[in-house]
Amino acid sequence: MRRIISVLLENESGALSRVVALFSARGYNIESLTVAPTEDPSLSRLTLVTSGSEQIIEQITKQLNKLIEVVKLVDLTDGSHIEREMMLVKVRTSSEKREHILQIVDIFRGRVIDVNQSIFTIELTGTSDKLDSFLENLSEAKIIEVVRSGVMGIARGEKSLSI
Amino acid sequence: MGEKLNGAEIVIRFLKDEGVEYLFGYPGGAVLHIYDELYKQEEVKHILVRHEQAATHMADGYARATGKPGVVLVTSGPGATNAVTGIATAYMDSIPMVVITGQVPTDLIGNDAFQEVDNVGITRPCVKHNFLVKRVEDLATTLKKAFHIATTGRPGPVLVDIPKDVCRQSIKYEYPKQVSMRSYNPTTQGHVGQIKRAVKLILSAKRPMIYTGGGVVIGNASDALRQFVTTLGYPITSTLMGLGAYPAPEKQWLGMLGMHGTYEANMGMHGCDVLIAIGARFDDRVTGNIEKFCPSAKIIHIDIDPSSISKNVKVDIPIVGDVGAVLLEMNRLLTENSKTPDQVALAEWWQQIETWRSENCLRYDRESEIIKPQMVVETLYQVTQGEAFVTSDVGQHQMWAAQYYHFNQPRRWINSGGLGTMGFGLPAAMGVQFAYPEHTVCCITGEGSIQMNIQELSTCLQYKLPVKIINLNNRYLGMVRQWQEFFYENRYAMSYMDALPDFVKLAESYGHVGMCIEKPADVEGALKEAMSLKDRLVFMDFITDRTENVYPMIPAGAGLNEMILV
Ligand SMILES: Cc1ncc(C[n+]2csc(CCOP(=O)(O)OP(=O)(O)O)c2C)c(N)n1
Repeated sequence: MRRIISVLLENESGALSRVVALFSARGYNIESLTVAPTEDPSLSRLTLVTSGSEQIIEQITKQLNKLIEVVKLVDLTDGSHIEREMMLVKVRTSSEKREHILQIVDIFRGRVIDVNQSIFTIELTGTSDKLDSFLENLSEAKIIEVVRSGVMGIARGEKSLSI
Repeated sequence: MGEKLNGAEIVIRFLKDEGVEYLFGYPGGAVLHIYDELYKQEEVKHILVRHEQAATHMADGYARATGKPGVVLVTSGPGATNAVTGIATAYMDSIPMVVITGQVPTDLIGNDAFQEVDNVGITRPCVKHNFLVKRVEDLATTLKKAFHIATTGRPGPVLVDIPKDVCRQSIKYEYPKQVSMRSYNPTTQGHVGQIKRAVKLILSAKRPMIYTGGGVVIGNASDALRQFVTTLGYPITSTLMGLGAYPAPEKQWLGMLGMHGTYEANMGMHGCDVLIAIGARFDDRVTGNIEKFCPSAKIIHIDIDPSSISKNVKVDIPIVGDVGAVLLEMNRLLTENSKTPDQVALAEWWQQIETWRSENCLRYDRESEIIKPQMVVETLYQVTQGEAFVTSDVGQHQMWAAQYYHFNQPRRWINSGGLGTMGFGLPAAMGVQFAYPEHTVCCITGEGSIQMNIQELSTCLQYKLPVKIINLNNRYLGMVRQWQEFFYENRYAMSYMDALPDFVKLAESYGHVGMCIEKPADVEGALKEAMSLKDRLVFMDFITDRTENVYPMIPAGAGLNEMILV
């Protein structure tokens, strides 16, 4: 089961390393991890994508909660939620293929944010699936570089993760 | 508003204000400012050990015996790395401890400075929490947080790393009476609805079993447990860590369970229909093969740590809370409840248990011409009337101590269960002796383990600690040899202890009394004589049967009903 866990963490040095160390020490996997301060500078928000059996996921949330610097967390996948990931892709194309690539960018609602004679840099946001399928559709172009932010998520509606 | 103190002064003043009596430690460059402050006062007594690992075990033994946090002070680099084994030992057994380490000055951190090691990084996986104090402003509150975290919820060791320059900076000091941390609020009261459901299930049991662990000892829940067990009339067993919480001489006591548990306890676990787990964590040494564990039981699990629940074994009714508080609530509900246990079913269950008990699985050859280790422990139990504090090291002697010294009080049995640290026994006994100078403190050990912290005999002389060392000397790393006999066709790779010292002379050279006992007939007399030497450390070297094994035994991969008996 793929799970998106959102964590409010004390914004202190060393806090992030505890989270990461927990995953490696206990053999849990991390697919992606994003972290940045929130509107309250004393708190960071961390989004973790992981996978495992129900029992493993239960342990992951319990073990995270046990870390002293974890203030609160929620498994977003338990309820209806929105997930987003951002990607920057640099591709090399020939002039004949340009039109075609631009079309694909358009279909996926991406944007070309930098360009020169043979190189496009494209920005795209969406679910991880969407980003994957965009890359698959780019097969005509030569992909030089892909940078992905990792997943961020937020619950829909009234629900929120705050203190 | 408080006086101005420098960091080193704050450390010592804080420890005094916190009521710390003993500080177990060893000096070095990074903590010299703190040692200088120690020199100027008398309230906080510093105990100079001979190796930092021993300092942590002493603090640990002190904590296990008293319930108060043990406190350690060591220098940066090698001082801190030497302490790691003791910190991990305390962590695995949930022992409250605060370890203060020196660190190189803040401007040198990260420069591979002399005696620099990342103390916070190196201990991260084996502490409940740790801190690096970068500014003197944070020092007092950080120390307070350390004590708060170490002693509340599921206790554990907390490390505070203090760079040398922080010791010299000054600030106004006021003792922080309390701390509040938004991210740390351990649950104590159990969920009322869950407790009610549990009581209902408990009363419906036909073949009940109570399985307790170290949490009952740590949570000071022994009285509540005794009432619970008496009210219900159910059988009770415990893990290695929980011994003494319920008195072993009582009839409802089935002995320890698990790998070297009794036949009746393990068969009872296997056959029960309702299992009541209290402050225990379903460790692999207890469950055996998890697939075969308690096949027909509904399981209730009370524990203060949510992450202990359903970690290894899925439970039916989890209750997160302080075991003492939950048991009190259960006792209240049980006395109010008009329903009582099914006496007919219970009588039948007891009958079954008694047939298992009649197997007499802890029997051994009492007529032997060579000293049997079991007999030494049993005689020690009689000679000390079951009243001694007993620490142990790790190996066969540890299991025999657990099986044949019938503990009837909590906090009297002190051993490294989770990490299984050889070298724990002697320093732990010393920590206990500091806390209880008038009591008999025995360390049951083996000739392998005792040599892992033997240098502390010197500390014992300095502080006149009359610890009684019972060395069950089988000239083997016995537990290793036993596994090699059972599972490696008698290939005794490196389990033979050659070139042993003359322990009598060794003890004497440290200024203590040494005895060597070679005949069964001399065992009782020697123990009595040793116990009568109230103010001396006595090292008793018992030359025991080297081929003796610990029985019963559950081999790896087997279920609790698949024991090897004598
Ligand atoms: C520090 C450490 N190293 C290795 C071990 C593995 N080990 C477990 S029991 C044992 C043998 C202990 O021998 P001894 O102290 O003589 O006790 P005995 O088993 O003979 O009673 C060993 C080596 C351990 N538990 N701890």
